[in-house]
Amino acid sequence: MSTALKKPDEGHTPSAPPSSKPNGRSTKPKNSLTAGQKPGWTWMVVAAASLAVGAGLIALIASEGFSFAGWLILSAIVYVIGMYVTTRVIENKRRATDGLWRNLVWAAFIVALIPLVSLLWTVFAQGLPTLLSNPGLLTEDMSTTNGATDAATQDEGAPLSGGFVHGLIGTLMITVVATVISVPIGLMASIYLVEYSRGGWFARTITFFVDVMTGIPSIVAGLFAFAAVQLFITTFLGESPVYLQMVKMGLSAAIALSVLMIPVVVRSTEEMLRVVPNELREASYALGVRKWKTIMKVVLPTSISGIASGVTLAIARVTGETAPILVTAGFLATTNWNPFSGWMTALPVYIYRQLVNPTAPAAPVPSEMRAWAAALVLIIIVMLLNLVARIVAQAFAPKKTGR
Amino acid sequence: MKLKRFGTAAAVLAAGTLTLSACSGGDTGGDGEAVDSGSVSGTLIGGGASSQESAMTAWTQGVTEVSPDLTVNYDPVGSGAGREGFLAGQYSFAGSDAAMDEEEQEQAAAVCGPDGVFHVPSYISPVAVAFNLEGVDTVNMDAETIAKVFAGEITTWNDDAIAEQNEGTELPDTPITVVHRSDDSGTTENFTAYLAEAAADAWEFGEVETWPSEIAAESAQQTSGVVSLAGSTDGAITYADASQVGELGTVAVGVGDDYVEYSAEAASKAVNASEANEDGSVELDRATEEAGVYPIVLVSYHIFCQQYQDQETADLAKAFAEYVVSEEGQQAGADSAGSAPISDDTRESALERIGNITVQG
Amino acid sequence: MTEQVTDARDTTASPTTKPWGGRTSSGSASGDKVFAGLAYGAGGLILLVLAFVAVFLITESLPALAPTVFSQQDSIASADSFWVYVMPLIGGTLMASAIAIVLATPVAIGIALYISHYAPRRLATPVGYVIDLLAAIPSVVYGAWGMITLSTAMVPIYGWLHDHLGFLPFFAGDPSTTGRTLLTSGVVLAVMILPIITSLCREIFLQTPKLHEEAALALGATQWEMVKMTVFPFARAGIISSVMLGLGRALGETMAVTLVLSGGVFGLSLISSGNQTIPSEIALNFPEAFGMRQSELIAAGLMLFIITLVVNMIARWIVSRHKEFSGAN
Repeated sequence: MSTALKKPDEGHTPSAPPSSKPNGRSTKPKNSLTAGQKPGWTWMVVAAASLAVGAGLIALIASEGFSFAGWLILSAIVYVIGMYVTTRVIENKRRATDGLWRNLVWAAFIVALIPLVSLLWTVFAQGLPTLLSNPGLLTEDMSTTNGATDAATQDEGAPLSGGFVHGLIGTLMITVVATVISVPIGLMASIYLVEYSRGGWFARTITFFVDVMTGIPSIVAGLFAFAAVQLFITTFLGESPVYLQMVKMGLSAAIALSVLMIPVVVRSTEEMLRVVPNELREASYALGVRKWKTIMKVVLPTSISGIASGVTLAIARVTGETAPILVTAGFLATTNWNPFSGWMTALPVYIYRQLVNPTAPAAPVPSEMRAWAAALVLIIIVMLLNLVARIVAQAFAPKKTGR
Repeated sequence: MKLKRFGTAAAVLAAGTLTLSACSGGDTGGDGEAVDSGSVSGTLIGGGASSQESAMTAWTQGVTEVSPDLTVNYDPVGSGAGREGFLAGQYSFAGSDAAMDEEEQEQAAAVCGPDGVFHVPSYISPVAVAFNLEGVDTVNMDAETIAKVFAGEITTWNDDAIAEQNEGTELPDTPITVVHRSDDSGTTENFTAYLAEAAADAWEFGEVETWPSEIAAESAQQTSGVVSLAGSTDGAITYADASQVGELGTVAVGVGDDYVEYSAEAASKAVNASEANEDGSVELDRATEEAGVYPIVLVSYHIFCQQYQDQETADLAKAFAEYVVSEEGQQAGADSAGSAPISDDTRESALERIGNITVQG
Repeated sequence: MTEQVTDARDTTASPTTKPWGGRTSSGSASGDKVFAGLAYGAGGLILLVLAFVAVFLITESLPALAPTVFSQQDSIASADSFWVYVMPLIGGTLMASAIAIVLATPVAIGIALYISHYAPRRLATPVGYVIDLLAAIPSVVYGAWGMITLSTAMVPIYGWLHDHLGFLPFFAGDPSTTGRTLLTSGVVLAVMILPIITSLCREIFLQTPKLHEEAALALGATQWEMVKMTVFPFARAGIISSVMLGLGRALGETMAVTLVLSGGVFGLSLISSGNQTIPSEIALNFPEAFGMRQSELIAAGLMLFIITLVVNMIARWIVSRHKEFSGAN
């Protein structure tokens, strides 16, 4: 963030009118620096005009009634065009284009916020009240909850039973193991690609197949991991059902998730390593520092913030996976801390199953409540992870100066 | 380092196995004798149909009342995956909406010994034909009408074919929106099997697990999905596990000269009136004209080995199976999932088969 | 697989251990070798895993790809030939992903620019954080949101599109009354990949050499001209890369589509129910699939795999044409 530029002419953003004194069009400019500029209140005039024109247009177009959203959208379009034309008339084409793009960038930001805010709102509105009134959700598992208790909750107002601590533990353990497996592999592979390979066939093959890896459907990754672990166990331990039933465990799920995570880690890390300026590496070599030291002390710290961001993305990619975990780690109502033995339930599996297959088919409300509360908790976990990644990045990143 | 790690994992696993076998060491039941189910301990692993997930939750909790140390894990991966996992030895029992076919039964010899497998019809649930029509709670329809509605040939609620079976009910001219399951499911299979058997002329698509894509209609995932979609669409009609239809109106299905509303009794009657195969599966007579039978029924089986490879699993399976078909077990399922408890006749023949679970060799 | 864990530990441990022989902090020659070996090994491991996945996919899908040879059947379970079965699914998948990419790319680049170059500093950090957070929301949640909130909100829009743009094949046909259409799925996918593309683009935009930017401004460029002349050329490869990452996610996304779409036969109309995507088809049908049906679904997965492969090859080709802008060269 620290490299964000100081805006040379911030004053033209619609939300931040310039602090310089507004000049009327007729008055003579006082100072040559602001000569030929449109006055600071122009955007307000254009905005007001756009709202009016938008209202007129929506009345013409909309067949049935007045649409508030439609009015705002139309007005925004009119505003962007209006500002362009105004600036072009008062100032010049270059400034007009500049303003047009600035407005479009702002528009992109606002357009994107609508669905994202709506999404967050949905999850918080559905999940937060349940979570606050039933903190037990965080400490209980589903070992004593069944259709009868849920029916009692829905029909007779009994307190909401059960919880998802088992899912919480499951998700944490599986994700941690998956991260421990995939981040070092992904990181080293991208270091190889950027620092060591000189565009040879091996590097090209890796890049190519990492791309292919992003196209593995998640369920296929799950089936593959299951088959691989099964092969491993039957080869080394034996084929009796006792051993076969060991295949479903947290580790299998973590391997499935690693297959999905590695390409994301490699792709994003590679991108981040590539943009580290060569001058930094050369300076380090010039001081007699060995290559691996240079990578560890110069290249990685420079790009750590981007790498952390990419790793968080990769973790995010897999914390929400449902199908591969169900295939590889099973579904359990009780808590299991050990990712190397026994079934585990992950939070997304829990959410999905509670949503589509309620504990009490005739009384789905308690299941939905638990599902939304779990979704909220899942988001909060990811948020915390994100925070940790940022702190890590901050701690390792070199002090930024202009380069 | 690699070996060391692996060694640790193997040691942990081996220790786990030892504990398990030590627990079962004192137990010597089997060979047809009744097991004292209170004394078994260990973990029984099964997987399969998600239709019985809710009942299974109740059973896995309820079974601890009779055998406190028996833990049952059930993986709701779906019938096909459940049968496959069972055949591969990953599950000790399978839950399945369909019986194993001959080919699968032959494969089963590999894990279950030469006597193969048997089915227990543990979970019976009527499939309701449910609709959402303002002010109408129940509508009479015979099989042919239902087939035509779902095939898209009858498109409005006040069509003559519906109206003449419902004298006295005022039907609006709302268009019918057919809602079906988007996922492959046993419910779809049972429902289309009913249409194919009871209304062969009007339903040309046969018995299918996937809704025929030739019919343009709305769809949603899982029972809860179709029910909520139907609930939010005026004029919608769908088929779903009766326990989940909630506020929707339901169709009384024409059987013989009568119209039968779904009910637990009418559903278990359908199973009772059907022929049982040697392997425990039932051939439902969906075109039946017997009075009081509700013909659209989903029967979900538990599939067990006739012979298990070790004593412990055999005892666990026996204890669990006995609990599930017992009156308490069936009642627990009914309370949780709204399923129909099996009749005494069905229970008796099931208990006989369960009693014959033995160990190989 | 245990090997991977071990590798991981070595990787992180070796740089912190003291260089042998107590040499200076410039590092040792053997350290260099070990490090290079590890990097090389990690790359090889990825290839190995992928080779296994490919072998797995191909062996599992052979019965469906050539039923007469491998399973002694004349046809597959759900159609006359595999291609008849899979083509509509491929069509649906490509359409949904295309909608998502077309909608998300410009907006995502816009937001990334907003955060890196336009937003007031006070706003940029929290917004960047929120975007990262949104990239991390599980797809189940996006699906549930699409199912509950978005699809109903889209119904009137579909009516309008049908009335005014019905002459286009995309908006022909009866508009859905539930809003569970391919267009809704595409929008959900777009919303889902938006933060992913934004997050990566932003990082790349921030890496633009400051000297280039300042030089452009010093020459009198407006802010847009500066972005156009320094940021975009520098970031072009990265932008394409991150868009492809988003596309890969959109192509392979299961839950968000599964929960939203009322699937059916392939059709060009985006506003009536119908169409299906490969991942959604697999997720919906795999649990109950058996034998041939299972092979069909895995073979469909193989097709998705190949589509992603082709898409990525194209992207790589574009990126390679712009290599000279990369900082590492």
